[in-house]
Amino acid sequence: MPEVKKDKKAKKAKDKTALYGTDIDLNDYSMDADDHSTISSLDEISDDYQEILPMCGVDPTGEGRSGSFFQLDHSVVFSDTKSKTMELMSTPDAVEKYDWLKGYTWNAVPVDMDKYTAQTELNQTNGYFIRVLSGAKEIFPLQACLFIGAEGIAQNVHNIIIAEEGSELNIITGCSSAHGVKSALHLGVSEFYIKKNAKVTFTMVHNWGKNMDIRPRTGIIIEEGGTFISNYICMEPLKSLQLYPSAYLTGENSRVTFQSILFASKNTKMDVGSRAFLRGKGSKTEIISRAITKDRGEIIARGHLVGESSGVKGHLECRGLILSDNSRIHAIPELEAKAQDLELSHEAAVGKIAEEEVFYLMSRGLTEDEATSMIVRGFLNVDISGLPDELAKETKRMLKMSMEKVL
Amino acid sequence: MLQIEDLSVDIGDRRIIEGLHLIVEEGETHVLLGPNGSGKSSLLLTILGYPRYKVIGGSIMFKGEDITNMPTTERIKLGVGISFQHPPAVRGVRLGDMVNVAFGKKTEDAITSDVVELANTLKFGVDFLERDVNLGFSGGEVKRSEIMQLVAQNPEFIMFDEPDSGVDVENVELIGGVMRDLLDRDKKPSARQKSGLIITHLGFILNYVKVDRAHVMMDGKIACSGNPKEIMDEIMTDGYERCRSCQR
Repeated sequence: MPEVKKDKKAKKAKDKTALYGTDIDLNDYSMDADDHSTISSLDEISDDYQEILPMCGVDPTGEGRSGSFFQLDHSVVFSDTKSKTMELMSTPDAVEKYDWLKGYTWNAVPVDMDKYTAQTELNQTNGYFIRVLSGAKEIFPLQACLFIGAEGIAQNVHNIIIAEEGSELNIITGCSSAHGVKSALHLGVSEFYIKKNAKVTFTMVHNWGKNMDIRPRTGIIIEEGGTFISNYICMEPLKSLQLYPSAYLTGENSRVTFQSILFASKNTKMDVGSRAFLRGKGSKTEIISRAITKDRGEIIARGHLVGESSGVKGHLECRGLILSDNSRIHAIPELEAKAQDLELSHEAAVGKIAEEEVFYLMSRGLTEDEATSMIVRGFLNVDISGLPDELAKETKRMLKMSMEKVL
Repeated sequence: MLQIEDLSVDIGDRRIIEGLHLIVEEGETHVLLGPNGSGKSSLLLTILGYPRYKVIGGSIMFKGEDITNMPTTERIKLGVGISFQHPPAVRGVRLGDMVNVAFGKKTEDAITSDVVELANTLKFGVDFLERDVNLGFSGGEVKRSEIMQLVAQNPEFIMFDEPDSGVDVENVELIGGVMRDLLDRDKKPSARQKSGLIITHLGFILNYVKVDRAHVMMDGKIACSGNPKEIMDEIMTDGYERCRSCQR
């Protein structure tokens, strides 16, 4: 799409209300934020923020990582990779460097999807560009952190990730805000292009503040034999979160897995889903979510499988646990078949903790509280599949940290 | 050890136990027989303090303490244990975690060699300990898993709800051996300290675990008590008919 046309479409969609989630008045947030100067190592990040880094899977030493990216407010303060087979830079830098990149932007996410995508196009504030070269296997994960430290701003990032043919990439990304930030908006557009036989795992942990509005927009295009695995964890209170990534399995035998672990408490509103368009012959998907609500928390857990050719397979699994009466879970699984001879299924179960399970654990010597928290931990203990060992361990560690904070 | 007097229990507004008396002395193991729905499992769950079972009257004394209204956790601490007939599956909680808890480790520690050794005695490999407890277990696996947790817990008074149902002959023998050990049955009668109460339908387990006394439960109360062999023989020939007339 020519640049002019994108701009025009974005302008037209400037006030377009999103299909889901509470509507946000973009004028409530400021586009202006102080520039932050670049740093030469992640150790130099202000002490106030250092303690948040491990929660986001960021190792300040950069050890055991193939690259690191850190954006504070609108400024990319650190971006570095040791790998010779991978490129990492801010998206505007990449667009300037590669003319061909214009052929990618807004292909996986429509620019006029809603006012948030429009705003990201019209007022983009950086974001990262990652490209793994053909056949390169990046064993160590790349870490990327998008951080908000300034009060009342809108962070509008546009990320583009390209995994060339036969490449492998593991990304661990955390998004967070400083303790002092009372309110802010994060808009994050992420477009993934998974080429033939490439494999990308994307592990994302959100630790936003309690008055944050979060509207990520994600699209993934997967070609023949390509694999995308997403693990998403969001367990800390925030104001509102709405995301509904779409994977387009265009290639034969392409695969996508989405796993989400959500915990909404203290007035947190989450509307989270995953969607897969199974187009390529033999493409497969599995969407798994675990949702827990408590103390006026609300989760709408969506899932949508669209089978568009025969022989495709998809399964949707949504489990929800309500820990207090003044909270709510609404599971909306959707199955849509447009061809014969395909297999789409779903299972959804929502309820409180079973009394007999608590009693069972108590009969072995636990108190009621201990039994309850063991069941909740077990409930959230999904097998994080497809990750390299080290990253799986790291993800488990982060999940454990989040659990300890909320339970 | 256990002394139940004039116990009446309701679930909702339905009376399930009515005026029940039962005494199990230290070192003794009793068997509890009775037709389906006579209240056997309800009695066990009441002794354990399951919240849905409301004690309307009477008392349960354990080791001289009144446990009638005591929270379950306290009863377990005092030394009560159970092997459930149909324990629930708990997703994400591994069998190994349950054994850890039963050992008193309380956290989801790593599965250590003592746990693995115990598992081996019940013919479970280390992989099995990683499975979500009771999820997709066969009937026999459920029973062995329950008994294994009891070995780790080592209670003084142990209730077994149908430890032999759905278990093949070979495994009934294995389970029987472990139960004998848990209940001090191979010790001299005067040296026995553990007590037990076993529910069994078909009585297979009694071929491996000799018991001191049998009780027949009918309609929420003990209809008959006596020598286990005599009562079993009676039931095997006439079913529960005579117990029914006995009750009148």
